Amino acid sequence: MLTISSAVRDAIVAHAKRDHPDEACGVVAGPEGSDRAERFVEMINAAGSPTFYEFDSMELFRLYKEMDERDEEPVVIYHSHTATEAYPSRTDIGLASEPGAHYVLVSTREHGNSEGPVEFRSYRIIDGEVTEEEVTVTEES
Amino acid sequence: MAIEVRIPTILRTYTGGEKAVEASGSTLSELIDDLESNHPGIKERLIEAKDGQSDLRRFVNLYVNDEDVRFTGGLGTELSDGDQVVVLPAVAGG
Repeated sequence: MLTISSAVRDAIVAHAKRDHPDEACGVVAGPEGSDRAERFVEMINAAGSPTFYEFDSMELFRLYKEMDERDEEPVVIYHSHTATEAYPSRTDIGLASEPGAHYVLVSTREHGNSEGPVEFRSYRIIDGEVTEEEVTVTEES
Repeated sequence: MAIEVRIPTILRTYTGGEKAVEASGSTLSELIDDLESNHPGIKERLIEAKDGQSDLRRFVNLYVNDEDVRFTGGLGTELSDGDQVVVLPAVAGG
């Protein structure tokens, strides 16, 4: 199960809406081993594409260095789908390389850049196996 | 020649869970061969054959002293004692 604050969830949704129709991506880091999604980090989609995302390689490097210095890990890795449902694509599954992370998918296909609800779902992706999990949103930030 | 290599979570199965290991080599290519001799199987996760030549896998990033090796000569990037190599899988998808 993914437990996430409404503030962090809203930040992910806002990023996805802002970048629509391109895919948005980022991380929520937290203390190692805590499973607490605390520090929201927006990343640049170096692919700048409506069908693909990739963290910029130098931004990725700095992110991991920073997490290492702070004893953090990527608790959540999120990205958006802009024309399809919030379910991991074959590429998402093939490239997933953080077995400890919650992979959050948001779909902006219904409302694009506008107000309105978005699909917000979370998965574990381990060795090519996708398992959807419950998302619990808390009010603390 | 000792070079520290930082290993990402997904490849720690090859290093007995170690986050960092030591290896040696005067180029990145040699370093990866040396890694392979102590951690069999790891090379295949870093390198693939492309047009008959070996190259870094598209979705693996390697950095030498904070620089992406794609901009410093790829597998031919020269290394010296005390350098730090970081391996990070790309975070990407569709």
